[in-house]
This record gives sequence, C-alpha cells and structure tokens, in this order.
Amino acid sequence: MNLSNMIFGVYPYIALTTFILGSLIRFDREQYTWKADSSQLFEKEQLRKGSILFHIGILALFFGHFAGLVTPHTVFLGLGISDMVHQIIAILLGAVFGLFCMMGGVILWRRRMFNPRVRANSRFMDIFILDWILVTLAVGLITIMFSIIHVIGGDASTMVALADWVQSILALNPDYHLLDNVGFIYKLHLFLGMSVFFLFPFSRLVHVWSAPLGYMFRPYQLVRTKFVKSR
Amino acid sequence: MKVRANFSLVFNLDKCIGCHTCSVTCKNVWTNRKGVEYAWFNNVESKPGIGYPKNWEDQEQWNGGWELVNGELQLKSGNRRTILKNIFQNPNMPTIDDYYEPFTFDYAHLQNTPLSEATPTAQPRSLIDGHRMEKIEWGPNWEDDMGGPFKQRGADKNFGDMEKQVYAEFEQSFMMYLPRMCNHCANPSCVAACPSGSLYKREEDGIVLVDQDKCRSWRMCISACPYKKMFYNWESGKAEKCTGCYPRVESGLPTVCSESCVGRIRYNGVMLYDADRISELASVENEQDLYQAQLDLFLDPNDPDVIAQAKADGIPESWLEAAQQSPIYKLIKDWKVAFPLHPEFRTLPMVWYVPPLSPVQSQIDQGNLETAPDGVIPKIETLRMPIKYLANMFTAGKEEPVILALKRLIAMRSFYRSLNVENKTDLAVLEEVGLSESQVREMYRYMAIANYEDRFVIPTSHEELRQEDFHSFQGQNGFTFGNDGCSISPEASLFPDRRKKTEDILQFVRYHPAAKRSDGEKV
Repeated sequence: MNLSNMIFGVYPYIALTTFILGSLIRFDREQYTWKADSSQLFEKEQLRKGSILFHIGILALFFGHFAGLVTPHTVFLGLGISDMVHQIIAILLGAVFGLFCMMGGVILWRRRMFNPRVRANSRFMDIFILDWILVTLAVGLITIMFSIIHVIGGDASTMVALADWVQSILALNPDYHLLDNVGFIYKLHLFLGMSVFFLFPFSRLVHVWSAPLGYMFRPYQLVRTKFVKSR
Repeated sequence: MKVRANFSLVFNLDKCIGCHTCSVTCKNVWTNRKGVEYAWFNNVESKPGIGYPKNWEDQEQWNGGWELVNGELQLKSGNRRTILKNIFQNPNMPTIDDYYEPFTFDYAHLQNTPLSEATPTAQPRSLIDGHRMEKIEWGPNWEDDMGGPFKQRGADKNFGDMEKQVYAEFEQSFMMYLPRMCNHCANPSCVAACPSGSLYKREEDGIVLVDQDKCRSWRMCISACPYKKMFYNWESGKAEKCTGCYPRVESGLPTVCSESCVGRIRYNGVMLYDADRISELASVENEQDLYQAQLDLFLDPNDPDVIAQAKADGIPESWLEAAQQSPIYKLIKDWKVAFPLHPEFRTLPMVWYVPPLSPVQSQIDQGNLETAPDGVIPKIETLRMPIKYLANMFTAGKEEPVILALKRLIAMRSFYRSLNVENKTDLAVLEEVGLSESQVREMYRYMAIANYEDRFVIPTSHEELRQEDFHSFQGQNGFTFGNDGCSISPEASLFPDRRKKTEDILQFVRYHPAAKRSDGEKV
C-alpha cells in the first residue's frame, strides 16, 4: 500500500469512524465533559470580536464545503451551474468566509495565547485544536490562489476531481487515483481537514453536535418529576 | 388550579447580625472546589452597597429577569432568537472581575524563606493564573459594615430616585444586612434562558437545579438570573448554583445556611401555589402590584378545595401537613411581614424577607427621637432607614405594605413590653395594626423565640415514589460527576449499564396520578 492510498483511501475512513464512534462514546460515557467550555468569564471584549467572526466563518465554510463537494455533479449541471461558475462561486464565498474565519481565529488565538487568565486555564487540546484549525484554514486560503489560476486558465478539473473523490469516499468506493493530478497544496488541505474530524471527539469541538436549535420550540419552563404514576 | 409545593425560605433581617456564618458553611459544603472559588451560593451584603457581583441589581446593565413586551412575558435579555444569536458571545455576561479575582496567600513562603532581617510575608496570589497580586482590589464582602466610600456604595440601585446624598453624612447614615441565595423562583428566568434545557425545577419541592451532564456551557443562565445566583464553574465549564441543599431537605433537614444561622433568622417550609396562574400573575402590568400578585399565587393549605386539588395533583399527605404548619405561610400570608426581594424582576422568588427595624437606642436615650406613648419604642417615622429604600428593595417602591409590616414588628415589641414590664395587655397597640392577641403571641413565638422546630417544618421526600426502583437504588453511589451511576438514559446506553430495575417483590401503592413520567414535563 502506498502513501497516497494510505492517506486518501484509508485515512478518510479512520477519521470518519473516529469522528462518529468517538463522539457517540464520549456522549454516552463522559457527558459531563461535553461542553463548549466557554472562557468568557475571564475575557469578554476579544471574545466578542473573535468568536462571532470565527463562528460565522467556519459555519459558512462547513456548509459551503458540504454543498459544493457532496452534491452530485449532475445536479449542478441540471441546475444550469457550469463547472466554471461553480468554481467561481466557491472561490468568492470561500475567500469571504475564509477571511472572516481567519480574522476571528487570529483574534481568538492571540487571546488564548496571550491573555494570562485564558492561557493559564487552557488545556493542551484547546490550544492544539485551535492551531490545527487555523493551519487548515490558512492552507485552504492558499489553495484559493491556485484555484484562481485554474479559473484564468479555464480549467475546472481540480475542483471536479476533488468532488468526485469526496463522493467516492462517501459511496464507500474510495478511489485515490482521482487525486493523482491534484496539486500538493490541495492534498495538504485535505489531510489537515480530515484530521479535524479525527480530532473532533477528543476536543471541545463536540459542542457543535449540541447546537441548541430545539430551544426555539421549547416552552420556557421545564419541570422534572421524580415520581412515577404506576408501573 | 394546579397545586404545586415549593420548598421556601424567609429571612428575618431584623435579627441578622451579618456574621457570614451562612456563607461560610455553604462555601465549605458546596463551593470549596477549583473553578468555583469565586462563587458564593450564599452571601451576605451590607446595604446600601453595590453588592456581589458588582451592581447586580441594575438590570439596565445586566438584562436579567423578565420584562413585559406587549403584555407578554419575555426574558429581558431578548426573545429566543436573540438568545441563540448571542450564543457565540453573551453580551450580558459578567466577567470574573465583576465578582472578584479569587486569591490565596503564599503561606509556604513564611516557612521556606531563609533566615533574614525582615519578617517574611505571605503575599496574595491569584487562583486563576497564579500570578502574585500586588493588591487585592475587591472581594465577596468588600463593602462589609459600610466598607468603602459612600460615593461607591451609594451607586446602590435601591436608592432609586431618592435624594441620597444626605445619607453620605455620618449622622444620617444607615445600614442593614442582606443575606442572599438562589430564590428557587416559581418563574425562573435561568431555566427559561437555558438553550440546552439543562436547568429545571423539581416538581415535588420546587428546587431549581442544573443537570450537570446536560449543561453545555452556553452560559445564558448566568446573565438571565437577575439575582446573579447562577455561577460559571470555569474548571468544569458548567453552570452551578445553590442546590437548596436538596440531599438534606429530602431527609427533612434544613439547608446548611439555615441550620448554622446563629441569629435564627432563617425559616424553611413549604408553600403551596397555583402553577396555572404563574404567567398570569408574573405579568401584571404595574410592577408595584407584583407583591400582591405573588401573595395571590400562594394557596391556602387549609382550604378544602386546595387540599382536594393538591391530593389530585399528587402532593403527599405529609407535604400538605407541612404546608399547614409552614412558618413561611404565617410570615408571608398570615402576618404579612415578609416580602420578596425585587419582585419587579418577575421571577416570583420563593425566598422572602422580613424587613429590618434599624434600632436607634442611644438616640432614644438622648431623647432625640419621637417615641410611642410608652416612651420607649420609637415611631416608625423616626427609624434610621428610609422606608423608600426598603420599598425599592421589596415591593418595587410601594411603601404601604412595608410600613404595615414594620408597624406590626413594633407593635409586637410594644405589646410584649407592656406585658412584661407593666404586666398588662395593651390591645390598643395591636388594633392599630390589625393584629389579634393570639396572632401577636404566635408572632412572638416564631420571631422572638424562634425555636428550631418552629423555624424548620420540612417534610421528607418520598423516595418510594421515585422513578428508580428504590431497592436497586439502595447501596448505589450518591452524587457523582462523570459516568458512574448517573447515566442519562440507561435504555439507550452503548455499553452495559448498571441494572436499575429489579423485579417488584412487594406491591406498592402508587398514588401520584398527576405526575407524568418524563424528564421535561412541559408547563
């Protein structure tokens, strides 16, 4: 087995399995550790600036990647979106939200590293996962420059290859050869991004699963009873 | 009508000596852990003062509690969408400096320093990041006994629009103690603000708790509680609060703060209230009517209709009996000498306060104050503490109920003075304040003598009615963090869990028809 197959044929499944099974096990066994782990008690102003930008950016990036990579090619064509238009939209949205996320992330990183209170109470994983996301993001932003060159050259093959590869993974029919002609910087971004999923259950990222949308539809007051009617 | 029982408290401020024994016992039991060093589930404030955390009463700053929007109750921090929108950062959240930076002292330095000319000192160190603090700037009771300049303490919201500068003068100054804890409200805003639904009110005794497993540190409760009695444990990343000492209360014991109170100022007991009228009564238009509204929320435990409905709603017999003997009911409803703290927050608090009389004995001795005909007990108008200040604290500014309560406290003293000194029963003094002789004798028994069994009328919980099979529950570990024995849904566990059901050996009579078996019964 060569390295390429290892990283783009096997590793995706290791990452996804760890992501799902790890989350399930942690939720089941260690729910007391399942939290966003806010540090707002220690510092408020930088968090306000950084956290909003970061979250808007990263949520848009996640859903953008999801829509762009997982939607079958034929659907885009059916909607009248050519590969080139698709690529331009991806570049524009990716650049805007990527920069949002980067600005917010850098503010959060500075806060975490240099605010003595926040730093003193950061666990290793808190810093590590933030670093990892920011590096992934930085590499992702660099790929935009290469994508722009592709657009200028009228070439959408890289984007199509990436989408095909993602879909081959999700269809349990992995084909790492699809990435043979994709540039190194994209491959680096893929590896870093897959690793975010791998690290997810071991970090504070698990709070993403708990996005409390149900709150919109819940009555204000909650009452619990200990008593049972009958058995 | 839906009858619910609430474990409630009354604090008789007239007897509070500000010794902080309640706070210290509470701290030693509940918050002597990393992450909550700064948290005092119970604290005692010297008023006037800005309190703990700083300026907590000012909801223009913190946006805690409820407000009326087009006649509807809404969290002051915003509607549901606003709360979710603020989840990435809570604009109303206090930071650690609004409480105080928790500290310890470098005690080891005293022993480890080599022999030197100067005596070594134990300098303060932050418990947050360990740095050596030059100076401690604030603490949990920094304003204790009028500490600090009036300019700072005078920012107290209870002055309202009063002309307060006169109270800066030494001769005019006044003070009182205000012990505070979670109010275990009937309409809790912390519960309403929790996006993940981890906060809940217990149906059987009304104690408000945080499900530590379900809390996701969205921290909306911290700001939504207008009393600032929700705390963020920065070590665990979870919200924590006063537990009402539920393991004790379940066994029929008073809370530790009440048990240890040397002034005997704390009363624990049961109040019945109508859960169907919560939102109606919490949303009366005029803030000054909220005191009366909450009086109307409470139900008379001797009313046959209430008793019948209470039984239908599954309230155990022992709880009904406790409600009938409740010292809380006597203080709040019979004698009307107790008041809710800031009813204008609209949370319907269940910890009430008897206002203090602020005695001025030396002034009377010098003949500076007008007294009642007995020449000993001062008239209420001459008391040091401005009525308006108390009314701003307890009735959203309505003075009449507070005046009546204080007059009744004075009448009780007057009556017993004439009884003990002049050996005659002075009924005129009682008539003036609308009390009967038997009432005042009972008031004296509960408020002056305040025996243990009169202060604390707490029925035990009915563990035999619990969801868990109590035979298999027996011998299990108790309160734990983590996954041992506290799994949320044993039915859906990934791994084999401890069996919590055994076959019924005995047939139990279960009489709780109204209770629904659910984790979050909707109201």
